[in-house]
Amino acid sequence: MARIETEVGKPQGGFMKWIDDRFPFTKTMEHHVTKYYAAKNFNWWYIFGVLAFVVLAIQLITGIFLTMNYKPSATEAFASVEYIMRDVEWGWLIRYMHSTGASFFFVVVYLHMFRAMLYGSYKKPRELIWIIGMLIFFVLMAEAFAGYLLPWGQMSYWGAQVIISLFGAIPVIGDGLVEYIKGDYAISDITLNRFFALHVIVLPLALIGLVFVHIVALHEVGSNNPDGIEIKDNKGPDGVPVDGIAFHPYHTSKDLVGIIVFLMIFSAVVFFAPEMGGFFLEHANFEKANVTATPEHIAPVWYFTPYYAILRAVPDKFWGFVLFAISVVLPLFLPWLDRSRVRSIRYRGWMYKTALTTFVITFLMLLWLGLQPAEGLYVLLARIFTVLYFAFFLLMPYYTAKDKTKPLPDRVVYHG
Amino acid sequence: MDRFTKLAGLVVLGACFATSPASAAGGKSPLADPSGIDLDNVASLQRGAANYMNYCSGCHSAEYVRFSTIGKMLELSDEQLIDNLMFNADKTFETINAAMPHADAERWFGQAPPDLSLMARSKGADHIYNFLRGYYVDPDSPTGVDNVVLAGTSMPHVLWELQGFQKANFEQHENEDGSVTMEFEGFEMLSAGSMDAEAYDEFVRDTTNFLAFIAEPVRQDRRKIGVWVLIFLLFFLVIAAQLKKEIWKDVK
Repeated sequence: MARIETEVGKPQGGFMKWIDDRFPFTKTMEHHVTKYYAAKNFNWWYIFGVLAFVVLAIQLITGIFLTMNYKPSATEAFASVEYIMRDVEWGWLIRYMHSTGASFFFVVVYLHMFRAMLYGSYKKPRELIWIIGMLIFFVLMAEAFAGYLLPWGQMSYWGAQVIISLFGAIPVIGDGLVEYIKGDYAISDITLNRFFALHVIVLPLALIGLVFVHIVALHEVGSNNPDGIEIKDNKGPDGVPVDGIAFHPYHTSKDLVGIIVFLMIFSAVVFFAPEMGGFFLEHANFEKANVTATPEHIAPVWYFTPYYAILRAVPDKFWGFVLFAISVVLPLFLPWLDRSRVRSIRYRGWMYKTALTTFVITFLMLLWLGLQPAEGLYVLLARIFTVLYFAFFLLMPYYTAKDKTKPLPDRVVYHG
Repeated sequence: MDRFTKLAGLVVLGACFATSPASAAGGKSPLADPSGIDLDNVASLQRGAANYMNYCSGCHSAEYVRFSTIGKMLELSDEQLIDNLMFNADKTFETINAAMPHADAERWFGQAPPDLSLMARSKGADHIYNFLRGYYVDPDSPTGVDNVVLAGTSMPHVLWELQGFQKANFEQHENEDGSVTMEFEGFEMLSAGSMDAEAYDEFVRDTTNFLAFIAEPVRQDRRKIGVWVLIFLLFFLVIAAQLKKEIWKDVK
């Protein structure tokens, strides 16, 4: 490389050139932001990826401040949370943002996943994005579960007790595994400490790593759009997709509007209904964990209840666990279960539309049923909807291949 | 935009909201009158604080609640706190401790009286309000009383001097499967206390109000702050929407 000549008055390329010679800053920015082209016909379903990122940031930042005052100890944890709520400057706000953020994380991620199902975003060539996304979802579930033990309230303790004991249903290794997870014969200070380590270091690191890979993969392949056609197939003379617009400033300015609307809903909950009627912060969790007193009704937090309902729908403990595990993992295989020629629901036939509508109702019903006691009619309903849940996935290769599709347009549908 | 997407969105959104408010705290109790508390009523909260320190704090701690917080929120000076509320505390930053030693309490009552810092959040204000009005004479009970809200409670009727004693009438109901359940029908006054029913309800309401206040002292403040946060975001939203419109002008 030639030596850089210094001449007075001749521009040298400045600071950015100095950086770019040593680190691909401009190149990276262009690839991911200013020259990342996404379709112009995104509708509001496309906000949830960005929102998941916003919630992740909220959780990380509030989490750091909570860690500064929280004590991971069975004797002090509950009191330290109340200390944060009462004595730490703005501690209540930090804590409510974190607890509300946990629920909103799932709201946003579930809607993000549903968007992929609406527009076939998981289909070729985006299978890996979907799989990485599902891994993010699994880690998120573990993260939320570990975090829920930390306040050491009654529901923290007994909820964890119920969920951890599920692993005991596995033959041969079950009991040993339960003991291994707890690190003790019962959920104790030791369990709390390891869950704290998982919640603040291991799982967030995994989460950030996976989110990074998720976005790298997305930016390699390019975003899908509500019409499910490939915008890269139709490029202008400048090599830019005709229907694509740069992520910045176009999508960023649009996303900003969505982010503010989201923050308004989020703030409404944080400031006016942080308990959300017992759904975000369960009433029983305002009582310190008591090993000798089981609450009369133990229900996991709402975002786990669809799977919990499936677990309880099966009379046998082992098979209940198996179905529960499969129900969580099953969406991972969507890219191969879906054999439709088109991606978007706009060009699919009645079969998929019916199946997806039924699935949405099924998921919400299971969510609700998981919150109810497992008795009488509730069990029957849970069984019916468990069958429907599995039918949606397992019959998919059949009905998506059979379904009549409409012809795809050449350009995305955009009305300006 | 196609109808299906809109419809799907509506279904999801509707379901999110439909499942949210519903169920409140605690189980169903035979006495389920609304407590009618008002956390903005400082006079009621001050009376409740006095009630608490006079009638509850002998046995019940509120270990997360500092006197200074009570003073700040209920507009009481340090002198007023020390003179009127702090019977077993020296400094205003101290928390409310029960006078009765924990170990003794456990021996005397079978279980130590629970800490009341968060009782209103775990059980709900209505539960407390009805519990304190729900005592009735029961000769079989070691304390001489039982409670329609929490049957078999080990807490004696501490407020008997104020309320007096009442009798609870139960009616036998035969269920379809032949089993028999007792259903609460109402109270009957046996001996009057120093307060009439209305004054006693008011006393219990003030006390419940105070318990709801200490369960989350920041509650009223956070709601006030929340209004400003939303106003700010609304203002921000208008600007962001204009910005988006301007930038997207050339997208055809």
